Amino acid sequence: MATHRRSGINRRAVIKGATATAIGIMAAPMISRAQAKPIKIGMPTILSGRVAQLGTSSRNGVMLEVDKVNAAGGLAGRPIEMVIRDSKGQPQEAARVARELVNSDGCEILIDAEASSGAFAVHEVARDLKVLCLHTNSETSSLTADPKQRIANAFRTCRQGIHDSIVGGAYAAKVANAKKLAKWMTCSPDYAYGRDTTAQFVEYLKHFKSDVEVVSEAWPKLFQPDYTEVITKILQTKPQALYSCLWGGDLTSFIEQGNIYALFTQTETFAVNMADYTALTVVKNLPKGIHSGNRYIKTFPTTPQNASWADAYRAKFNEYPTNWSWQNATAINFLAAAAKKANTADGAKIAEALRGLTIDSPFGSNGKLTIRAEDQTLVGYAIGWGTTIPTEPYVPAVTAGDWKQIFELETAWKKKNGYL
Amino acid sequence: MDIASLVSCFGSAACVVTQVTSGLIIGMLLFLVAAGLTLIFGVLKVINFTHGSFYMLGAYFALTIFKLSDSYVLTLFGAAFGTALVGLVFERLFMSRVYGQNMLMQLLVCYGFILIFDDVVKIVWGAEFRSMGMPALFQVPPIFVAGGVVPPFYLFLVGVTVVIGGLLWLVIERTRFGKIVRAVAHNPSMVSVLGINTGILYGMVFALGGLLAGFAGALAAPVRSLTPGMGFSILIESFIVTVIGGMGSIVGAFVGALLIGLIRTFGSVGFPLFTEGLMYLFMVLVLIAKPTGLFGKEIA
Repeated sequence: MATHRRSGINRRAVIKGATATAIGIMAAPMISRAQAKPIKIGMPTILSGRVAQLGTSSRNGVMLEVDKVNAAGGLAGRPIEMVIRDSKGQPQEAARVARELVNSDGCEILIDAEASSGAFAVHEVARDLKVLCLHTNSETSSLTADPKQRIANAFRTCRQGIHDSIVGGAYAAKVANAKKLAKWMTCSPDYAYGRDTTAQFVEYLKHFKSDVEVVSEAWPKLFQPDYTEVITKILQTKPQALYSCLWGGDLTSFIEQGNIYALFTQTETFAVNMADYTALTVVKNLPKGIHSGNRYIKTFPTTPQNASWADAYRAKFNEYPTNWSWQNATAINFLAAAAKKANTADGAKIAEALRGLTIDSPFGSNGKLTIRAEDQTLVGYAIGWGTTIPTEPYVPAVTAGDWKQIFELETAWKKKNGYL
Repeated sequence: MDIASLVSCFGSAACVVTQVTSGLIIGMLLFLVAAGLTLIFGVLKVINFTHGSFYMLGAYFALTIFKLSDSYVLTLFGAAFGTALVGLVFERLFMSRVYGQNMLMQLLVCYGFILIFDDVVKIVWGAEFRSMGMPALFQVPPIFVAGGVVPPFYLFLVGVTVVIGGLLWLVIERTRFGKIVRAVAHNPSMVSVLGINTGILYGMVFALGGLLAGFAGALAAPVRSLTPGMGFSILIESFIVTVIGGMGSIVGAFVGALLIGLIRTFGSVGFPLFTEGLMYLFMVLVLIAKPTGLFGKEIA
């Protein structure tokens, strides 16, 4: 009996041991796989319709950097897997897609590559689901400036309207002083972006040069095919300078049609959205001397890092990067740096690490970009204005904006709006 | 509202010259598209909602032909006849199946093809906007007439359109083909009893409509951005033109297009915030005063 029992115990012990070993062997790769489980990053953006270029160039910017990050080991050892979906440019669709990416697809981080209307919708999803969210394309300042909007898990890694207005106003005033331009006219698309941006530009232009007078305004509708009536109105008004925030195909139409009236030889033109390759490479007869803000241009910042980034992008996607490309690439750069700093891919801990983080970047005004801790938004990026020439490099020299001045006037603007 | 500017504009020769010529430019392109639309309606009694897509195709054909040949004359003819061919094939294979059927059925076929043509353009030429560029011949400074600015390209555009309008009128009013077309518009079964193949005639009318729209697209290509869906806005304005001029009337389309062009240019001086609305307001007034349109009685 005792023998039996002993041999029974022995047999059981052997079986137990064998089983344990077998489980151990089988489990071992599962454990190591679990450690390298990819981290899914969801990205709602506009991939169809009239502004599909926003989505495709955002995606390209992201993928260029994701490949580098994954080659270097991913986010704290976890390779990044992007899940990119089309919102068709509709805010409700953007919100639905964002929610689905988190709830159904298991994305742990969101890159919100929507235009402003969609960005505010995705922002609410991020607030609700408490998922780390990086806004990469919305330039509407209130998204991060307004404390009512602010949440601990949402950041912005792109330029914004107020910074552009201050730099644009300062630059335009300098040119206006030098060339004695007092009589101005504006011509911008008739919707929220066009109206707000124009008003803000004029406000800062007048801040720096008080004797400027806006004698007339033209408000062509968005996606208008023909600008003849607007152009002839400008010719009648004979302003010394013209401001426009037309963009994309509307801007190129306006330039081509203005050309045949020799409009740009008669008035000093400030078109904030001209210096982006989407417009520069399409216009067939780009006039010399149009003033523009930098959107993305290979020549600014004038560093080998920036030029080689543009070349690498072009080699891979067979087109030049856009403003959206660098902003989305920046989001990935910041995620990688924050994950390294926090040594984890956990969203909340990355968010903590992002606040106040400074990284080396080809897009920084002095080679560095910072996420400002107080409002979780990007500062220190390359921002400036220059003038066009008809052929590459299109905008050979860009005058950099002064970040000290931007910070001062931005603070005043925030106080005026009750954000501080 | 800026009535003072409008009054002072009428007081200055320079302003009147500039605004009238730019009104003509806007009007003439509209006329080409609206003429085809109204012709097809007059004869076939279908409203061709794909007409804006023909204009778009004309512009994209122009883009490619100009790139390959660098000849704007070849571009104009190539784009026009290419689009005419598309019109003919579209009519023979698809539209001819829905004649006399429920209006909704025709609408459905047309709407389906608007989407298909847009996607074809995306596949062939890409989704981003494109630009053809001004032919070297017209890259010259504008001419000044009484202080008003007139770009040479627009002079050419208006001249060519007036010639085409005249030819169209001659063909419809003074030739045997035109006589048959007018007869078909009036009574198709009688014409077919006389031994005339109405099917071929319908195809030809559709091709002629496509030719005009394609030509308009090629004329617009040097100065307008090319995007998939660019046909839609011109379609809406062409409808306004045909409604004002009277459905089926080519003379009506001409007058309607001119009026819309002038309303837009002088409207932008006098009513800068209501230029679009002005167009619709005018259409409403015409419809109240004369529900068939200004030349509504006349058929093709």
